[in-house]
Amino acid sequence: MTDRSRIVFVALCGLALAAYPLAAGAFGLDLVTKIMVYAIFALSLELLVGATGLVCFGHAAFFGIGAYAALLLSPSSDAASLLWLLPASVGAAALFALMMGALSLRTQGVYFIMVTLAFAQMAYYVVHDTPLGGGSDGIYLSAKPVLVIAGLRLIDLDQALPIYFFTLACLVAVFGFLALLLRSRFGRALAGIKANEQRMRATGFSTYPYKLAAFVISGGIAGLAGFLFGVKDGYVNPELMSWHLSGAVLIMIILGGLGHLRGALIGAFAFALLQEFFKSELIFGGFAKHWHLGLGLTIIASVALLPHGLVGLPARWRARRQGRKAAL
Amino acid sequence: MSQDILLRGIGITRRWGGLVAVDQVSIALTRGEVHAVIGTNGAGKSTLINILSGETPPSAGQVELLGQDVTRWSQPRRARAGLGRSYQRNTIYPGFTVFENCRLAAQARHQQPWAWWQSAQACEASQAAAHSSAQRAGLGDALDRVAGALSHGQKRQLEIAMCLATAPEVLLLDEPLAGMGAEETERMLALLAELKASHAMLLVEHDMDAVFRIADLITVMVNGTVIATGTPDVVRNHAEVQIAYLGQQ
Repeated sequence: MTDRSRIVFVALCGLALAAYPLAAGAFGLDLVTKIMVYAIFALSLELLVGATGLVCFGHAAFFGIGAYAALLLSPSSDAASLLWLLPASVGAAALFALMMGALSLRTQGVYFIMVTLAFAQMAYYVVHDTPLGGGSDGIYLSAKPVLVIAGLRLIDLDQALPIYFFTLACLVAVFGFLALLLRSRFGRALAGIKANEQRMRATGFSTYPYKLAAFVISGGIAGLAGFLFGVKDGYVNPELMSWHLSGAVLIMIILGGLGHLRGALIGAFAFALLQEFFKSELIFGGFAKHWHLGLGLTIIASVALLPHGLVGLPARWRARRQGRKAAL
Repeated sequence: MSQDILLRGIGITRRWGGLVAVDQVSIALTRGEVHAVIGTNGAGKSTLINILSGETPPSAGQVELLGQDVTRWSQPRRARAGLGRSYQRNTIYPGFTVFENCRLAAQARHQQPWAWWQSAQACEASQAAAHSSAQRAGLGDALDRVAGALSHGQKRQLEIAMCLATAPEVLLLDEPLAGMGAEETERMLALLAELKASHAMLLVEHDMDAVFRIADLITVMVNGTVIATGTPDVVRNHAEVQIAYLGQQ
């Protein structure tokens, strides 16, 4: 894809999402809000896996910490202000990422994958087995955060529509931020680290601080996604930190296509919609409760057939068309 | 100490368990001179380069760069201080264009990672350094080609170009001629001869004809120790070297 068609594609996606509430019912609105939250989550992981070559298998920890922080920090009686609750939740996730990254980035390859998983499991068991986060029952939010400036309720996340648009705004902001970041000197250095870390060190880049910075940024964005998720549902439980979610978000970016921000976006939508499809009792009847099977097989098939993910589809079609033309 | 000695290794030793890979090696690199290190496989040449460049810490000994003790400096820090190295096997960024390979290397001198809103292309200093280094290494016509698709000889040229893009004072070159055809070798030797004037250069190389043509000083290593150092003529006629390495003729 050329630069221009890429921008057009992303802009069309944004417009479609902005127009969607005109046509959607309550279920659809909630579903797409959830998917946009996943898209932000997937974008954060794409920064590590696709852009830097660091396969993190504990990303749910940041997501969960963002969500838990939102609920635990909210006062029990009154609605909290977005102005401090959002930065605090993102900060909590970023802080955990700083600690986790500082230690796990000393390892490489498969060890890195395992160490990140171990850290995430630690976080999982802290909320699961201690009274801190309500244990396995989780906790409820009493009042959703608001943005009040000079007496005006600018944003009230108690209703579906404001949450939808607030999530969309976050998605657009995160996408824009990452797009800029990846073309900056910082982003190019990450690409160099992914391609050949030894050479980066030999040319004068101290790669560890670069990787740690990417890790913290990624953790913070995942925390933002968790914050939105927790606020949207008004409820959190330890499943938000489970390794299933870390695996699911990895599958999203692989399905969409690694190495492209669009891939994370497309992957999150494809994954969630496939999940809804296979869960649908209208289509599958009693078999719908075995939706894992259908989803798993579809993902295996698409990864096997599309090594570059869904993002690579247009290029494949073009290549096939040109091949056919050449054969004539 | 002479002003022109840019890099100096003093009593460098590296032990791997019971094996002594480099044993009490001292070496000095002077601006305007090519100092070649020759020796059989396993003589410790690459370990020596790795210690000088900071990739491997020495078990004992000291490294001085531009008059400073850099023994405890990390490799990136030494690189930023003016130490460039190339590798024995190609270590380019195969997915990037030739230009981007050079630009990214040049960026090491102008890192500014906090400028996240600014395109990497906006840094004119690294753009200019990338252009001139690619030009100098003879890749001026190949700027837009993907590095992975270059010929072997061009990849070696790119290695040098990426080194030059970081504006180093000292070059540590690990077998820059490996696997090159005759014509490519000539071109590379001409480039090295040109670079010699402004750089101090350490050259590890197996091509003896090339080494004796271009080197001003030759150090011969056998089993981790230096058995001779001197001008090509001295080394050629050195009795121990003839027995150990060049073969008796």
